[in-house]
Amino acid sequence: MTRRLEVPGGGGPLPLDPVVPDASFLSLLETRGLRPDWGFEEVPPGLEVPEATTVLALRFADGVVMAGDRRATAGNVIAHTRVKKVYAADDFSAVAISGSAGMAIELIKLFQTELEHYEKIEGTRLSLEGKSNFLARIVRGNLAMAFQGLVVVPLFCGYDEAEGAGKLFTFDVVGGRYEEQDYATTGSGGAEAKSFIKNTYREDMSEDEALRVGVEALVAAAEEDSATGGPDLRRGIFPNVVTVTAVGLTEIEDDRLAAVSSEVMEARP
Amino acid sequence: MTMPMYVPPEQLIKDRADFARKGIARGRPIVLLEYADGVLLIGENPSGSLHKVSEIYDRIAFAGVGRFNEFETLRVAGIRYADLKGYSYGRADVTAKGLANAYAQTLGQIFTHELKPYEIDVMVAEVGDDAKSTRMYRIQFDGTLADVEGLGAMGGEEEQLTVALRERYTPGVSLTEAIALAISSIEATEDRPVDPTHWEAAVLDRTLGRRTFRRLEQAEIAAARA
Repeated sequence: MTRRLEVPGGGGPLPLDPVVPDASFLSLLETRGLRPDWGFEEVPPGLEVPEATTVLALRFADGVVMAGDRRATAGNVIAHTRVKKVYAADDFSAVAISGSAGMAIELIKLFQTELEHYEKIEGTRLSLEGKSNFLARIVRGNLAMAFQGLVVVPLFCGYDEAEGAGKLFTFDVVGGRYEEQDYATTGSGGAEAKSFIKNTYREDMSEDEALRVGVEALVAAAEEDSATGGPDLRRGIFPNVVTVTAVGLTEIEDDRLAAVSSEVMEARP
Repeated sequence: MTMPMYVPPEQLIKDRADFARKGIARGRPIVLLEYADGVLLIGENPSGSLHKVSEIYDRIAFAGVGRFNEFETLRVAGIRYADLKGYSYGRADVTAKGLANAYAQTLGQIFTHELKPYEIDVMVAEVGDDAKSTRMYRIQFDGTLADVEGLGAMGGEEEQLTVALRERYTPGVSLTEAIALAISSIEATEDRPVDPTHWEAAVLDRTLGRRTFRRLEQAEIAAARA
């Protein structure tokens, strides 16, 4: 029995598809024809959409720290100075974006809803592996847009409750998913940030040390890459930083970031 | 040529309603109770994994009595409704009132159109910023929708149970008091002790932040009884 008396958010009886298609929110959007779609075949010449840039994640003793700068650029223009690029995916994982900002933010919202939807319907959280595979599927679904130059490349990290360890994943435009060992970066300043981390990274750093390495790597990237914004102490713009450990996800407060940022800026050569 | 026997519509509806009521009365009771920080949902459930009480959205919870597969269908449909609406508009736009209306229409349709009515009753609760903005609704097997004030019970000897609860209930009780009240009232009306590990309880706790739903541990329930 399939009952399709339409409803998305409106009046009328609920469609009681007998537990179809599955616990997936994305499949649900697809059956209702609501999947986010930017629907142009070719990007018109001269279209400059805001791009988000440098984000990074690294492992420390208790889990993972993830950080991102706050700048979005459209061509030569600094489009936004307070963009949020690091998001809680759920209580035990975080996702950061680089690439076309508008699309990426929508895809993150979809990803967050998916994880919560699955958790509510099934009564358990997806495994970290499951979450990263699903994110790869979302990125892959965007391939046509990527060919048009509207690329979205996320960075994903989380705490694996089964194994008791923090893990990191990177992705490519075709939805390739790669588990990284100790640290990962992406975005235009990613190469610079990565070489900084490579030189300073140690295993089993404390949270304070990892936080400092993360912020300093962003500062190093901002010095070399015009699309990456460093901390702005005067205006109170600091990187977004979260940690994910056995107790869950924590957003680092601005006060603490202000202190770390000014310390790092003082110490820069 | 044989003619189908004429059954007056009044009789038809009554038969269906009696059938559904019988099924629901066989179910073990569930109580929803407003306490100081939100809403408590508690009932007897021997299964630790097949839940009768669950999370729908940030501030909304669901409880069902009767046939598990039937209220499970409604629960899943409710989560889909809520997530779709919250994704398309905003999180604050998902309300228990909208969900209760959708449930009422669904159950009403099934009651009149299907071969067999659903043998379930469900309640939907939404915790607000204060007691004034907390909402509870009950939706019956035939689509009847009613507001519930302060507390509500469904399943088993629900009328007796509601009276027993009302006698001792005061608004703004603490969580432990609310648990103790619900358990003792259920045991009194059922006239038998319930296995202490067979309670399923959850709260919508407005102090928890965005997602207010939390399942209570067996230890918490046991401590409140003591």
